[in-house]
Amino acid sequence: MRTVRFDRRDHYRHKVFPSPFHARQQAHNELKVWSRWFDYLSVPAYTCAQMEYFAGRNACGVFDLTPMTKHRVSGPDALPYLNRLLTRDVGKIRPGRVGYSVWCTDEGQVIDDGTVFHLREGEYRICSQEHQIDWFLISALGFDVEVVEETHDVAALALQGPTSCATLKRMGLDGIENLTPFGLAHFDFQGTQLMVSRTGYTGDLGYELWIDPGHAEPLWNRLFEAGRLLGIKPMGSEALDLLRIEAGFILAGVDFMPAQQTVRPTHTRTPFELGLGWLVDFDKPVFNGRRALLAARERGPRYRLVRLDIEGNKPAHHSYVYSTRNKNIGWVTSAMWSPSAKANIALATVAAPHGEPGEEMRIEIYYQRELKWSRMMASARVVEGAFYDPPRRRETPPLDH
Amino acid sequence: MAKQYDAIVIGAGHNGLANAAFLAKAGLSVLMVEKNPYIGGASVSRNLYKDWIYSNCSYVCSLLRPEVYRALDLARYGLQVVPYGGSVTLTQDGDYLGSYIDPDASRREMARHSPRDADAEVRYWRDIMRQCRFIRQFLLRTAPDPTSFKPRDLLELLHLGREFWKLGESVMYDTMRFYTMSIVEFLDEYFEHPLIKAAHAGSGIIGSALGVMSPGTAYVLLHHAMGEVDGTAGAWGFARGGMGAIAEAMGACLRDHGGEIVTGSGVERIQVRNGRATGVALENGDEYTADVVVSNMTLPRTFLECMDPADLRPDFLTKVRNFKIRGSSGKVNIALDGLPQFTALRENRELMHTDMHLIDSVERLERAYDDWKNGIWSQDPYIDMLIPTLTDPTMAPPGKHFMSVFVQYVPPKVHGRDWTDADRDAFGQTVLNQIERYAPGFKNLVLHAEVRTPRELEAEVGLTEGNIFQGELTMDQLLFNRPIPGYAQYRGPVKGLYLCGSSNHPGGGVMAAPGANAAREILRDLRKPNTVPEGWLDD
Repeated sequence: MRTVRFDRRDHYRHKVFPSPFHARQQAHNELKVWSRWFDYLSVPAYTCAQMEYFAGRNACGVFDLTPMTKHRVSGPDALPYLNRLLTRDVGKIRPGRVGYSVWCTDEGQVIDDGTVFHLREGEYRICSQEHQIDWFLISALGFDVEVVEETHDVAALALQGPTSCATLKRMGLDGIENLTPFGLAHFDFQGTQLMVSRTGYTGDLGYELWIDPGHAEPLWNRLFEAGRLLGIKPMGSEALDLLRIEAGFILAGVDFMPAQQTVRPTHTRTPFELGLGWLVDFDKPVFNGRRALLAARERGPRYRLVRLDIEGNKPAHHSYVYSTRNKNIGWVTSAMWSPSAKANIALATVAAPHGEPGEEMRIEIYYQRELKWSRMMASARVVEGAFYDPPRRRETPPLDH
Repeated sequence: MAKQYDAIVIGAGHNGLANAAFLAKAGLSVLMVEKNPYIGGASVSRNLYKDWIYSNCSYVCSLLRPEVYRALDLARYGLQVVPYGGSVTLTQDGDYLGSYIDPDASRREMARHSPRDADAEVRYWRDIMRQCRFIRQFLLRTAPDPTSFKPRDLLELLHLGREFWKLGESVMYDTMRFYTMSIVEFLDEYFEHPLIKAAHAGSGIIGSALGVMSPGTAYVLLHHAMGEVDGTAGAWGFARGGMGAIAEAMGACLRDHGGEIVTGSGVERIQVRNGRATGVALENGDEYTADVVVSNMTLPRTFLECMDPADLRPDFLTKVRNFKIRGSSGKVNIALDGLPQFTALRENRELMHTDMHLIDSVERLERAYDDWKNGIWSQDPYIDMLIPTLTDPTMAPPGKHFMSVFVQYVPPKVHGRDWTDADRDAFGQTVLNQIERYAPGFKNLVLHAEVRTPRELEAEVGLTEGNIFQGELTMDQLLFNRPIPGYAQYRGPVKGLYLCGSSNHPGGGVMAAPGANAAREILRDLRKPNTVPEGWLDD
């Protein structure tokens, strides 16, 4: 049963709607603070963001990702359509597999990034941050394909952390330990279908669970029952944000501007400028933005999105980035002290040709102590890969940790 | 012996007042002359019935340049602009399309009609805002003369070119198209739902003698989107106490800087001696002299009614005579005994606080325009109405309401002849009947209605043909072509004569930019320190 209803005129009386997990969230939300994620109430933190973060790295945390925008793509031309829409070769995402991709405007500017779930032969789900139906339908011209938004018809939970697999095993999901990263499987759950994918936004061992909204609460209950002795905790968006920065994952609207809503023309980015050139497959003869991206590759990037390892312990929130010659070359988009990597880390945008791996930079950090603001210039180095990358992320079957 | 001033400004509308205030701030002795016994022009609050205050011409505020607001200290002189959120378009079958302050509620409301359009709205506003960002930076700048080799014009042209270039390839193409295409053509590139198109199309024709399918109407929409309230782009608000609060604050500022205001007698003649403006003669016989005479009147009124044709060049006069300033709208101001019940909004009070429109398709809008072409007011008119008293407690007794009803289309002449009182009353009935259709019982609430056709707008406010923008906002009359080529820098055809009304760049709306820009040019000619602020820009 969907909880978001706007088919009636009086929908305006609800500026925001409860998630299908709301009753459970409410019971756990000791801080009584709610935030908004598009149509839904979301929880920034249930008890303490830091503790919830550690659940995600030490045991397992549960995050409600129902509000994420979801689209279903089906029909005889689903694959050729997706190959037109997305930059990567979707043919390589076999049924039962999930792939990460971006999609671009004709000018080769990134509209959004997201995950493509090949649910079963010829049937796909695309998850993204922003609403996409306009662009998805514009791109569907000439394809025998059905594209519908199903955000409100699918309830979803992320279960992330070292004991996540053990929790699912205890829940009775037979063979879940054999699911490889970016794999998905279907299970029977109280007479409905539960889809589990080994995916997530934390760079750790973790799963995402997808079910019809009517079974949302029973799913939550079963999950918490199974994880009770394994340290399971509900996790709010603040903890998730820390986990995704440590993993080096970018967020639309934070680390880059989605092209469809960007007014200033130089503020959009190509996949190359976001470090996502590996998602662009020029072996495909036709896809949205191909011609512009060929030219962009030829020209070289205007910007680079970099991962920075910064000296000291003061998080570089909203900082400017300077070259070693003190030229202002960019700005930090996400920053934190990483409790797991024990490092001061950030994602930043810098003007090319800056941003080569290993390059030294200087970061202007402002920090406040007892109301007084101070400023420091910290050295930083461009690093590659995730800031924190535990081997259990790739283990199949995962140990019980 | 007539009293000598540094400058005389004719017409105490918001542009005239802003102009006079900036001149007075620079230390000039300034006289403002106004034909009506009150100031304000089209930015006016009138007490025409018991305890009711009507914003009886302009009725909402967004375009007023915040730089002018601040530089003239209008907040200290009592001006308060209170934002209202959203809008609603009511359909004949009793449904509506609302737009709420809350962006998610707005998106869902649009999705209620078309999920795809709700999403397309993001792309649509991006493209509108791109154009607004481009145009906004020229509002407080004088348009360059593209034929001039003066360094200032060349630099301005270079600036214009550079900013245009900065838009990027695809937006450059879009810009060229935007200024020449119709609002319907533009909307077709984004939306599929007829009601969503109609709701967006309205602001493409307001104040214009063009239909939604006429080329050039896309720009008119932009003109309504480029304002702001407190930095919120595209937002609209009410001036507390009615639109007259804007003029009153400007008037107080002017007086505070030593300016004088003489009301109650119009200008009979702008006096010219040896090719120079020397002052004004009023209808009551009073004469005032000054080295600078500034007209806030429309282009035709200034040159065809208040000057001796012998003082002007014939080609200039020809262009003035052909200046496009066709009236297209009317206004009905209503005192209500209580809140009307719109069938569609019976359960939704929230949208009553917003800008309400009666329309449901672009075809219906086009047919309303057909009537105008045939010389009659629209029999099924497009209505843009607000109840400011739901927001502003100062304009009517508690529980009673003022309703501002803007109506399009209304021709400047009825079947080629002048409006009569009977025509006016019939037009008023057409409007009341139209509202009654959407709100049964509405007419019983009407305590008093002031009906204003182009005839009244011209006679009372001085707007030629009743055109609310002092000249149409089409490409041939914009930027360096506004009001007419060669006269876009606020300087008239005789020395010492300046123009500061909305007939000039950047055009109409309660913006005060033409008045401010003209003041800057006058102070420049007089070699006085500039008191006019530069536009606030961002990246």
